[in-house]
Amino acid sequence: MESSNNSFVTLRDLFVQFFIVGAVSFGGGIIAYERILLVDKRKWLSPDEFMAYLTISQTMPGLNSVNLAVLAGDKLRGAVGAVAAVLGLILPGSVFVLVIGILYTSKSNHYLSNLILPGIAAAATGLLGAITYRIGDEHWRHVKSLFLIITTFILMSIAKLSLPLVLLVMAPIAIYLYRPSKKL
Amino acid sequence: MNVFIQLALSFSLLSILAVGGGTAVLPEMQSILAHQFGIDHTQFVHAYSIGQLSPGPNMLMVLIIGYRIAGLLGAGVVLLAFFLPSSILCFYAGHLWSRFGESPWRRTVQNALEPISIGLMASGVYAVGKASIFSPVTLVLALITLYLILRTKINPVLVILVAGLVGALFTYYS
Repeated sequence: MESSNNSFVTLRDLFVQFFIVGAVSFGGGIIAYERILLVDKRKWLSPDEFMAYLTISQTMPGLNSVNLAVLAGDKLRGAVGAVAAVLGLILPGSVFVLVIGILYTSKSNHYLSNLILPGIAAAATGLLGAITYRIGDEHWRHVKSLFLIITTFILMSIAKLSLPLVLLVMAPIAIYLYRPSKKL
Repeated sequence: MNVFIQLALSFSLLSILAVGGGTAVLPEMQSILAHQFGIDHTQFVHAYSIGQLSPGPNMLMVLIIGYRIAGLLGAGVVLLAFFLPSSILCFYAGHLWSRFGESPWRRTVQNALEPISIGLMASGVYAVGKASIFSPVTLVLALITLYLILRTKINPVLVILVAGLVGALFTYYS
């Protein structure tokens, strides 16, 4: 823990640094930008701390990038730090999305946006497919994981159960399959 | 029920259920929005697509949905409801973590949740795909994007914008 350098970080600095991450991360990969900021650029976290925080972020609900900002901000400046980091992270994208969204809503019947959006939506689907495939990584090759992936998909998309119900069914099965082995 | 309360409740629930990130709740969000707020699948997919073009966390498209349903205040309510509950949970999880440290059960929970969230993401692809792939051209654009993202280091925003142009040209000249 002593390898990280967080003697004093101002709230302003925390906000500005996460604001930059939130503004430049076009096209995803935001976790990588956060790692560069936290571990390489400012050395606010050691690589070990970063991995631990990333794991918590992935285990807990919510967006990984936002959860990571919560944990890093909290570590550096407590609860107020968490708020500053998250606000910085989401502010640029929020403004961007709102401006385009307002334009889209006010001109949604316009010829041009109807011409361009189908292609954009198709590509966004391809992108989501690629991200899903990549995040799945090793899981596509393990029988246990594949079984859970397919069953979850069927319950959600084919049987059309609600998400709380899907989690209620799948979580106990998955936890049973991955229970710690006796020797631990 | 007041539309703001309804938005706050729906998106808080989605926030807490977003195990493994925002894309895991896409199909649930799509069906809630269709049934309770009258957002059809095409509008949903368009909002999602605009969100993919923006920098920052990838679910900021909820702002467009909130704006469409209840104006700027709606966008604000949705943003708070979608990001606050999960952030608070994570905040306390971080504190618990530093108190208890590693436990074999933590590994178990993470291993167990990962394939479920991947399954949910696959459902998200299916939900978005059903609304966005409706012609040979859109199918080809989706597949080319999939290939380019997996096989090259090209920036996704560039691919998406070019796909928008190509799709427009095809529609225009046919």
